[in-house]
Order: sequence, then structure tokens, then C-alpha cells
Amino acid sequence: MGKLKIVFNGILKENPVLVLVLGTCPVLAVSVSVAGALGMGIAATFVLIGSNAVISALRKIIPSNVRIPCYITVIATFVTIVMMLIKAFVPSLYAALGVYLPLIVVNCIILGRAEMFAAKNKMLDSILDGIGMGLGFTLIIVIMASIRELLGEGSWFGVSIIPEEYTIGVMTRSPGGFLTYGLLMAALAAILAKKGKKPLKFSTSNGCADCPVASACNGSHECEEGAE
Amino acid sequence: MTKLLSVAPAPHIRSKKTTNLIMLDVIIALLPVVVASGILFGLNALVLIAVSVAGCVLSEYLWCRLMKKPQCVQDLSAVVTGILIALNVPASLPIWQVLFGDVVAIIIVKQLFGGIGYNFVNPALAARVVMGLSFPASMTSYTYPAGTLEGMSGATPLSSIDALSNATPEAATHLGKYADLFSLFIGRHGGVLGETCALAILIGGIYLIIRGIIKPIIPLSFLATTFLLHYAFGSIAPLHAILSGGILLGAVFMATDYTTSPYTDKGKLVFGVGCGILTAVIRTYTNTHEGVTYSILIMNLLVPYINKLTRKKPYGGAAK
Repeated sequence: MGKLKIVFNGILKENPVLVLVLGTCPVLAVSVSVAGALGMGIAATFVLIGSNAVISALRKIIPSNVRIPCYITVIATFVTIVMMLIKAFVPSLYAALGVYLPLIVVNCIILGRAEMFAAKNKMLDSILDGIGMGLGFTLIIVIMASIRELLGEGSWFGVSIIPEEYTIGVMTRSPGGFLTYGLLMAALAAILAKKGKKPLKFSTSNGCADCPVASACNGSHECEEGAE
Repeated sequence: MTKLLSVAPAPHIRSKKTTNLIMLDVIIALLPVVVASGILFGLNALVLIAVSVAGCVLSEYLWCRLMKKPQCVQDLSAVVTGILIALNVPASLPIWQVLFGDVVAIIIVKQLFGGIGYNFVNPALAARVVMGLSFPASMTSYTYPAGTLEGMSGATPLSSIDALSNATPEAATHLGKYADLFSLFIGRHGGVLGETCALAILIGGIYLIIRGIIKPIIPLSFLATTFLLHYAFGSIAPLHAILSGGILLGAVFMATDYTTSPYTDKGKLVFGVGCGILTAVIRTYTNTHEGVTYSILIMNLLVPYINKLTRKKPYGGAAK
């Protein structure tokens, strides 16, 4: 697999938010303002790159029985670093993100990429995967926040654009978040379909052919074990 | 033997009813309400209704056009949705906010779920909720028709009643003094466009029942349940309760929507009673004055289950 392809996979074809549907909680909760969303995206990207690198380096040492606690420990370390940095240098962002900053520990994208990619690939590839997935996450959360802040608050990045009497209040509330999320998912599916690719789904009915994470699991058929 | 027995595959019962004709009948039934809102709230009301219809029809037309779907705008359902949305907003609502409601109803609630017959809740009511969340100020600034009752000008009759019964527990029993039933019946009080004039809604409802477009089960069970529960709770005088607020409009025109109400008579009864219970409970025990919108929407979501549980068993079919 080409190095560049690993990075770009995370942005479109395997976009963590819109295609893999991971990390929905921060995406829905933090995408009310562009500034907060950008901060969240950068923080999560940093944690993702760091945890991918360390977990990939340790992949032969970590016993598979206790791999999840090991991953969580590594991820929590990086989240703590990020929290301390943000608290020290950007206290306003620290206040804006609130509980969602420590919650990066349980962000499914990070744990998911550790399990799906970093535990099986070399360190450089894992770092590239972290960059790609982080960019994909940041891109979507910023796009969502732009739509919601513009329509709901009439501003973008805090700069007022639409007069207040023409704002649509529902967009800054949770229904607006779900609505924007669904519409963006549909839009990406349409873009991928136009390129001649099938709409991506987690499905074992067609073997690994349709599965967006097939390249990561190397046909190990782990997805069939649980059969949840 | 003069007549040959004709043998044909099902369906054997034929009807001339088409979606078009049904929708045309609903529009005719809505005309008295439209006229009443014009008389009560002035030209502004008619402008809102016209804009809303245009907005819905245009959204539907453009969606079918852009998505390359068979054009469905001629089935008139968008016109009905447009009228109903306008009847659910106060007369002073800015035009663009109504248009936003139209787009939400037609594109998001109806077309994204598959178009007519597939909408999961009533599009007009969903639009009302979205508009209520988006524009809380303008959606609740009611205007008052000329000759509005004194003491009723605070807001809609329901919120006046709420305010009164909050002030003193006895106030509820003196309601007759503040809201005489005749004024409530002909619509001389604050509220959204279509809900104030009970007389016009009843004329429309009776027309729909005579034409066989709706069965009276849902409206009657809805109203009867609300009436009885208000009587039992003692919160609002029962007759005032069903003459004020959106309950008549909801019971006659919203709860009876084909797609979002159950198929069988038994199911319709469950649906109507459920709407009635929710309305009375929301009005009495929560801090919103009006519960009709949410009660119908909640029951809309339960319709698939009601249908499943009240399905008729084929004669001689399995017991289960």
C-alpha cells in the first residue's frame, strides 16, 4: 500500500466519522462552534498520531489478552499531555471543550485505529494512518461546525455574518447536529457512488469485498467471530 | 341467466378514490378554516397560507426534478401540507420562517424518507416542532382577532387558563367568567391561524366524514379521552379544554393522516385514545400549555407497533 494512500484513505474512502461511523459523540457535541471543533480535531489528531505510533511500536510486546487495557493506558497518557498543554496555553478552549477533552480517551476512532491498524502495521504506516484519520475527523467536525454555527448562530469562527433575526435556532441544538450529520453522510455516500464505488457498509455477506476495513484486518475474519 | 359471473384477481372492491381526489377533498375541507383565519386574522393570514402552499409545492417539484424522480407534485399532497403548516403558525410569523418550515416538512420529513406514503411522522407537525425550536419567540407571539375577550389577551386561552389556575386553585372553577364558550367556538381568541375557530374545523371535519375520507374514530376517541381526562384531573374545564388550543385542528386534520395513523378500526381507537391521554397529561403536568403536537407525533411513531398488534387475523388462521 502506498504511503500517500494511507493518508488519503482516512480523508474520504475510510473517513472515520462519515464512513466508519466512529467518534460520533464528540462530533455531535462539539460541532456547535468552529473554534471548538478545530481545537477538538487538533487535540484528537495529536492523540491519534501519538497512540498509533506507540501502540504500533509495542505491537509485538503487548499480549493480545490484555491489549485493550494497554491501549487505553497509552491513549490516556497522550490525552493527559494534550489536556495539560491546552489548559496551560489555550485556557478558553479548555473551558469550551469541557468534559469532551478527557473523553478523547474513549473516542472510538482512536481505540478503533489502534485495534484495526496500529496493532497490525509498521510504525511509519501507523503514524501516516493517524495523520489521515485525524485529518478526516478534523475536516468533518469543522465542516459540521461551520454549517451549524453559520445557520444557528449566524457567525463563522465567531465573526458575525448573518443578522441574528435570521438565524435558525434548532441548528445549534442536538436535532440540528443529527440532521447535519445525516445529510453529510448522504453527501459523502453520493460522492463515493458517483466515483463508481459502491456505498460502503460493514457487511460480511459479501465476504471482505465490500468491507472498508478489509485492508486493515488482512482477511483475518475477526469480524465474523463475534457475529454481534 | 342474464349475467356472467366475472372472475378476476383481487382486489375485488373497487373505488374511484385516488390520492388526487382524496387530497382535493381534504383541501375543500380545509377551506372553511382558511376562510375563518382570513376573517379573524386579516389579509396577513391568507398571505401566509398562500406562501406556505407555494413553498411546499416548489420544494416538492424541485426535489423530484433534481433527484430525477417521477414528478409527484400533481398529487396535491404538498398543497395540503402547505396549508396545514400555515394553519399551525401565528399570523405575525415572518415569511421566510414559514418557508423554512415548508422545506423541513417536504424535503426532510417527507422526501428523505421516501416521499408520500413513507413519511414517518406528520410533515406539518414535525415542521411545527422544528419551527418552534428554531424561532421560539416568533412562533409564540400570537396575534389577536378584533374583539378578543378581556382577560384572554395574555396569550392563547390555554396559557391564560394555566396562568389563572396557577394564581389560585379556585380560579379554574371561575373560568366561565373569563372565556365564554361561544367566543371559543367561533374563534375570537389568540392562537395560531387554524386552531381558533372551532366552528370552521367542525364543518371541515363533518365534510370529510360524509365524503368517507376519514373515519370518525380517531377524532372522536381523541376528543373524548381528552375531555374525560381533563374532567378527572380537574385542571381545565373539559369543554374549554377541547375548544381551545390545537386539539380540534389536530384531531380532525393531523391525527387522521393516512400514512401516520393505523389501518384498522381497533388500531385507530388505540391511536386516538393514546393521543388524548398524552394531550391531557402534557397539558396538565408539564410546563407547556399545548400538548397536541407532541402527542400526535409520539403516537405517529408508535403506529407501526399498533398496526402489528391490531392486525386482523384471517378467518380460520392460526391462533397466534
